[in-house]
Amino acid sequence: MCTYLTSTEKVAGTGLGAQGWFAIEEAVVYFDHPQEALVEHALCIDFRAGSRADPSERVAVELDAGSARRLAESILATLAHDEVKALGVD
Amino acid sequence: MASDRMEAGTITITSRKGDEIEAYHARPMEATGYPSVVVIHHMPGYDSSTKEIARRFASRGYGAVMPNLFHRYAPGASSGDAAAAARAAGGVPDAQCLDDVAGAMAFLKAQPGANGKVGVIGYCSGGRQSYLSACHLELDAAVDCYGGGVVATPDQLTPERPVAVIDMTKDLRCPMLGLFGVNDASPSPEHVAKMEEELTKHHKSFEFHSYEGAGHAFFWVERPSYHAEASRDGWHRIWDFYGEHLAG
Repeated sequence: MCTYLTSTEKVAGTGLGAQGWFAIEEAVVYFDHPQEALVEHALCIDFRAGSRADPSERVAVELDAGSARRLAESILATLAHDEVKALGVD
Repeated sequence: MASDRMEAGTITITSRKGDEIEAYHARPMEATGYPSVVVIHHMPGYDSSTKEIARRFASRGYGAVMPNLFHRYAPGASSGDAAAAARAAGGVPDAQCLDDVAGAMAFLKAQPGANGKVGVIGYCSGGRQSYLSACHLELDAAVDCYGGGVVATPDQLTPERPVAVIDMTKDLRCPMLGLFGVNDASPSPEHVAKMEEELTKHHKSFEFHSYEGAGHAFFWVERPSYHAEASRDGWHRIWDFYGEHLAG
């Protein structure tokens, strides 16, 4: 199936693309046919420089569903770690 | 023996509204009176796989044009970057898609060797757009290859795609061939049954084939979804269908 479900998050950070580092303004998340990964569907994230930037300024990842879940849990667990909390960041 | 020489490459065509967009054109070089097909790419974009499909049509004596529906979102970008930009922008509006398909039809009809008959074929999201086009444009035959989202619930409608395509069925203007995988989730066998029901209700000419063991995107070579038997039979169905409806 091809899905139209797309979630776009405004984010702040930097990404390393083919032309070097650039500022990331949004993360577009979807579960659909990947461009490259040899799975029928993948959890895809495009870290993009923003809608007005060069379309090639993006970092793309395509993960199978299990990998994506483990990554999400890992991110949340890392942010919930006492050492991170002690830094006083959100 | 008939010549099998073909010409293929990227050109610029004019959309119905006057926008210039990129398109892939493949045509037999020495044929006259040949039929034509608008090829609508899948959600991953204007890529090498779909260009290969356009060339396949040319190898069988068809003129084919694949408009890059994502061109406006990222002119000159790679197919992957353009697909990502289009998705981030909410996807291709149905009205814009119709303008681009209409532009491709006009281009094909204007070719000196063309017989004036034009079909449409689309894969994945393009299958839905093929069905959509057949309900709005003066096409001679339409093929929907596992187009998801033809049957849509109200919560799936968006400003870009405001009307469920199945509700346009009464306006279908040409015969339709539908090719589906039984293991597909969208369109599921239930979705396909609803489409058949609607087409029958409105006395439309259609022919659907659903393949056991095949899922979505069974024509897509070099991918896990490729299904040899379904693909092989599907191509035979396409040649028979277009042979019947697009002959000069």
